[in-house]
Amino acid sequence: MDLFFFLLFAFIAVVCAINVVLQTHPISSALSLVGVMGSLAVLYLMLGAEFIAMAQMIVYAGAIMVLFVFVIMLLNAGAEKRKGSSLTSQIFGIPAIIALFVLLCLSALKWFPSSDLVKFGDFSGGGAQPFGYALFTDYLLPFEVTSLLILIAIIGAIVLARKEID
Amino acid sequence: MEFLIITAVKLALVLFVFMTTLAYLQWVERKVIAHVQVRMGPSRVGPHGLLQPLADVIKLITKEGVMPPHVNSFFYLAAPFFAVFMALISISIIPFGTSLTIPAFTLAGATYGPYKTMMELADVNVGILLILAVSSMGVYGIALAGWSSNNKYSLLGGLRSSAQMISYELPLSLAIAAPLLSAGTLSLRGIADSQIGYYLGFIPRWAIFQMPFPQIFSFIIFMIAAFAETNRIPFDLPEAENELVAGFHVEYSSMTFAAFFMAEYANMVTVCSVATLLFLGGWQPLWPATLGSDFIAPLIMFGAGAICFYHGIYPARPFDRITLPVFGVVFFGLAGVLAFPPTVPILMPLFWFLAKLCFLLFVFIWIRATLPRFRYDQLMAFAWKFLFPVALANLLITGFLVALFD
Repeated sequence: MDLFFFLLFAFIAVVCAINVVLQTHPISSALSLVGVMGSLAVLYLMLGAEFIAMAQMIVYAGAIMVLFVFVIMLLNAGAEKRKGSSLTSQIFGIPAIIALFVLLCLSALKWFPSSDLVKFGDFSGGGAQPFGYALFTDYLLPFEVTSLLILIAIIGAIVLARKEID
Repeated sequence: MEFLIITAVKLALVLFVFMTTLAYLQWVERKVIAHVQVRMGPSRVGPHGLLQPLADVIKLITKEGVMPPHVNSFFYLAAPFFAVFMALISISIIPFGTSLTIPAFTLAGATYGPYKTMMELADVNVGILLILAVSSMGVYGIALAGWSSNNKYSLLGGLRSSAQMISYELPLSLAIAAPLLSAGTLSLRGIADSQIGYYLGFIPRWAIFQMPFPQIFSFIIFMIAAFAETNRIPFDLPEAENELVAGFHVEYSSMTFAAFFMAEYANMVTVCSVATLLFLGGWQPLWPATLGSDFIAPLIMFGAGAICFYHGIYPARPFDRITLPVFGVVFFGLAGVLAFPPTVPILMPLFWFLAKLCFLLFVFIWIRATLPRFRYDQLMAFAWKFLFPVALANLLITGFLVALFD
């Protein structure tokens, strides 16, 4: 059962990810990205990390991508115009991608032996409570640094966007 | 196997009741608004217009679905489907009562053991987050409908709805976070169970009364943001008909149009259920059963039946002589069922939950009949300059007091 759902949602994630690149219209690409994020959330859920799955849905699929779609709709971006690709990329493009993936898989198998593979439902502490404890004890410094970074980004956005007052 | 059958039965029951509720909610809305504005409301189809939803459904199904030639057909057809899908997911994790036990019974020689089931479809331990996630995904349905229609009015409606829903999600989430601090769980059933009990024997421990800091402000902020999230008056800018014709659903007709209506009413029921569970104690009665809260339900039904019989004897219209006594008998029957002792532990939680839910739904309709629409800049300024700071302050005070006293 776990394997079936893993294969299903991994397949959806990969197809959506390829679709992001293939689609010519920005809205279609953005919505394919939403599909990738949704299937990733399901995979997190299957690993036992409910909180991360829901945060993924709320933050990425529900907030960031809505903003993307909003901006694309506001600017009324048209479909991308395809120029013919060069001869080199036409001949070597697909073989090069396949070679790269084979290389990636081989190196992953070599460096991470199969003895410590992650199993579904391995994590029991994926709820909000253990997550919060971990964030405020073991990972306090990265958490605070990240929030400071976001604060700087917000201030920067306000400085850039405000009207000039003379 | 047993689990599958019970779940299938519950699924069918919840779906049937929910769909009927959605259809009749519109009848209730039209009737209530009509009475607020001193009109009759729907009264032609069936007694008191009670068959009007059925007639509306038949009309919408049999109408021709027009697809304009200039639309982006894939997203045009996907958008209403997506809106309804997202609106219907949330109801599956809403608990609406305590557990239900079916005693062992014998059928055709075989004995079927006692079945115990909780009154909900699924108990998710991050339930409230799932509701937030689904409601934040719901904006895609409206935004895509507006964009794919390829019409300037619907595009404006879609843009407005995305901006509005992103803005009001912040105060909504902050208002939800405050009662969660004292509840200490994200499961909806757990949140409702954290509000059991009474202060001084008669003040309920609902979140809006709960010490150390009553969540009454969160409740008000939540309700205001919920109006915006469900695109209801006074925040129905995405479909403001005197500026945008009909907003995001200008180009929709027939069933695709009905889908958006269904999604709106489903969202309304969902946010009212969440408000009931988070702030109004779920299925906890207003005063303890030892002081007789179990008798209020049969009493209300009996009163309603008596009023029906009185108006049946002195009818205002000729038809009332026949229809109102029938309703009276139905109400008396309900009063009898609610007063029947074996059903009390099952039906009383359900009654209190539905009573609070219906009250909140009535508030939604009442406000629609009362308030005019906001201007767009007022809407945004209200969310960011007033609602958000107030929600933040409320969350801070609640967190401080919970840390101090718990």
